[in-house]
Amino acid sequence: MVDSISQDVLIIGSGLAGLRAAISSAATNEKLEIAVVSKVQVMRSHSVSAEGGTAAVLFEEEGDNQESHIYDTIKGSDFLADQDVAERLVHDTPYEIYQLDHWGMPWSRRNDGRIDQRNFGGYSFPRATYAQDKVGFYEMQTLYDTSLRFDNIRFYNEWFCTSILSDENSFQGVTAIEMKTGNFFKLLAPAGIICTGGAGRIYSFSTYAYSSTPDGLDMAYRAGIGLKDMEFVQFHPTGILPSGILITEGARGEGGYLVNSEGERFMKKYAPEKLELASRDIVSRAMIREIQQGRGFKHESGADCLKLDLTHLGADRIKERLAGIRDIGIKFSGVDVIDDPIEITPVCHYMMGGIHTNIEGASEMRGLWAAGEAACNSVHGANRLGANSTSECLVWGRITGENAARYASSSKAASVAVSPQQVLEEEKRIYDGIFRGSGEVNPYQLRRDLTDIMDAKAHVFRDEEGLQEGLRKVMALKSSSWKHVDDKAKEYNTNFINVMEIDSMLRIADIVLMGALSRQESRGAHARTDYPRRDDVNFLKHTLAYYGMQPKLAWHPVTITRYAPTERKY
Amino acid sequence: MSGIIKKISMLRTGSKLERSKKSLRARSSIVLRVYRANKAIGDSAHYDTFDVPIQRWTTVLDALLYAKSYKDTSIGIRYSCRMASCGSCGMKINGIPRLACYTNVSELESGVISCEPLTNFPLIRDLVTDFHQFFSHHKSVRPYIINQNADLRDRKELSEFIQSPREVDEYLQSSYCIKCGLCYSACPTVATDTKFPGPQALAQAYRYSADTRDTGSREDMKTIDDKHGIWRCHFAGSCSSVCPKGVDPALGIQLLRGHMMSFSKHNKKIAELKHHSHGNQTT
Repeated sequence: MVDSISQDVLIIGSGLAGLRAAISSAATNEKLEIAVVSKVQVMRSHSVSAEGGTAAVLFEEEGDNQESHIYDTIKGSDFLADQDVAERLVHDTPYEIYQLDHWGMPWSRRNDGRIDQRNFGGYSFPRATYAQDKVGFYEMQTLYDTSLRFDNIRFYNEWFCTSILSDENSFQGVTAIEMKTGNFFKLLAPAGIICTGGAGRIYSFSTYAYSSTPDGLDMAYRAGIGLKDMEFVQFHPTGILPSGILITEGARGEGGYLVNSEGERFMKKYAPEKLELASRDIVSRAMIREIQQGRGFKHESGADCLKLDLTHLGADRIKERLAGIRDIGIKFSGVDVIDDPIEITPVCHYMMGGIHTNIEGASEMRGLWAAGEAACNSVHGANRLGANSTSECLVWGRITGENAARYASSSKAASVAVSPQQVLEEEKRIYDGIFRGSGEVNPYQLRRDLTDIMDAKAHVFRDEEGLQEGLRKVMALKSSSWKHVDDKAKEYNTNFINVMEIDSMLRIADIVLMGALSRQESRGAHARTDYPRRDDVNFLKHTLAYYGMQPKLAWHPVTITRYAPTERKY
Repeated sequence: MSGIIKKISMLRTGSKLERSKKSLRARSSIVLRVYRANKAIGDSAHYDTFDVPIQRWTTVLDALLYAKSYKDTSIGIRYSCRMASCGSCGMKINGIPRLACYTNVSELESGVISCEPLTNFPLIRDLVTDFHQFFSHHKSVRPYIINQNADLRDRKELSEFIQSPREVDEYLQSSYCIKCGLCYSACPTVATDTKFPGPQALAQAYRYSADTRDTGSREDMKTIDDKHGIWRCHFAGSCSSVCPKGVDPALGIQLLRGHMMSFSKHNKKIAELKHHSHGNQTT
């Protein structure tokens, strides 16, 4: 008999979107019990590593306007964004900025005490609201601390959710393992919100935390919910070597240069107007081109790279606005950016795709929403602008939190029913299929092989041959005998958790490769050397992937309100 | 405990960058000595050793994850961001509380690296400790803005609370806290009194009290103004020495005491006190 714990709203993930959702659910109806379940402790989610800013229109009196933010977002998306969703983002973000301010966010200030903003890639106005270079960290701190005001929010730290429980496509809860004890539970609720972030750890060279694996995406996928636009993976121009740790775009926003081995600011050839502050897909492609044409550097690890030069900014500005970046450079790269340029190269940073949701954040399952990077409400289309992801987390954290709370309060959500069969099947899947599995292949080596395949075959540039080969190689990995857990203890068994994560990584990697293969065009972050042009006739549409032995692909229309697709130039 | 404090005080000396550049040429591998115990099944504690290859950039976390991936998958360890932002991987490394991801192997200048769970926390397994009490202490000081206008109501009337850069500076350093627990582990007072909220929580009480947006009062709170509260701190300063983010909890505690001894929040005397206690600490 599996013990169960019941609540009204179950939020999976305790990052920026999850915490915002928790507060908004708790405030919408204070009689509801809100549970936040996460495989990590509070304040450990990868949102803490967001550095640069949160985009919002705050200074209309100085020339900014919402129309411009909307258009920048849609243009940045290479016209794959759903335009109504982009409008909602832009309209709702200022509220979030001021709400965070009222909750204690240490926004960087102008001398007159108003909130300051900085420049960021792809924008027509400096509208990245910032707090030094630790924006995500401070937003997390502000939301977590504020959540402690609410007696109806309960945190389940280090509980690993394994599967969604449902009844006739209606969300009923999840199964989860309490890591400390190893005990298996049903967490029941009529309403759920998936906020498990991105899955960038399916690449080896990645800015993401080790915890950023696709458990949440995979859980939804296995429950029959569509994953949308998974082929669109953002490569951020500036990851340091060899760790992949991020140098914020704010470093270029503050005036940093990208230089090649000839000492040239090469971006002038690729984006004569915006230079280093063109959108991320364009800068990353330019960098790979420079390296391919022999104008890169070699890092001592053997990797190709270019350099980011901040030395002309001066020590004072760097210490005041980019202190975290300076620390990262010294500690993880051995370079003080005040004195020397730092070696960087494009790095897996964000997934535009995710759980298919509508403008309200609702998934295809009744009672289940998704928010933040785990979701794909199509606000970012084929390429996200910097500083728009924290905005998305805040806006749709709030929206889904309210929606889930209203739903849980209504009579529609009255009873929760889970068939014992479902729970039995899940126990079989994870305990017989994984925990008690056997085999010779080291799952950690397999994980490394998988992520290396993704680095090689589904990177900044892709082509048919490479993607096919990637698929074949992933298939071969899948069929090898890796599914076993050598640690037999119940308590805090991270070996077991790791192997379950790897199980999800294999499925999601497949979807990225298949989506990339079927999209025979180049759009935003998805650049096919064999189909170098955007093809609005055949591919101005979203990709959907549904669970099957092989992912089943389908298409979904793009919502266009006012902006006809044109060619992107920066 | 005094041994730890002595070791901790050595942390601040010398240029780590220079030293690590010098020593890295010497070694291509190190021995990790990892504390092992599973409390729930009454495992007796022991150490396992692992030979791990290293490079110039290898951190203690990299070394531990190598051992976990290729030598013994059962090592219990908590980790996530690997860039000193998330605070997961606090442990005692060669006797001192540190973040494993923020400790370069070469800076330790030692062929044997010993990894043990943080003291002052109950053990779960191996290097993993229980943070329940720690998070409860944090919550007990009401670490949020207390202000009846904190929740925005009217979506049309949007504006910020005006706060000058200088006012931000009053609390900013204390807001760097990533809740990694290193200060709590290093604190000699926590070691003898588990009801003492500890440097992390008290520094956060200061952080919000010093914020001009906060109109509430924490000084009368039972958890702070209590014989197990703020007066227990005897200013050993080890909390501030081990903090990986440059928070100075010892200073925060002194400043909060200042508040409680009826200095008002915006009194000039706060700045004087801050100056004074800085002087004390460095001399």
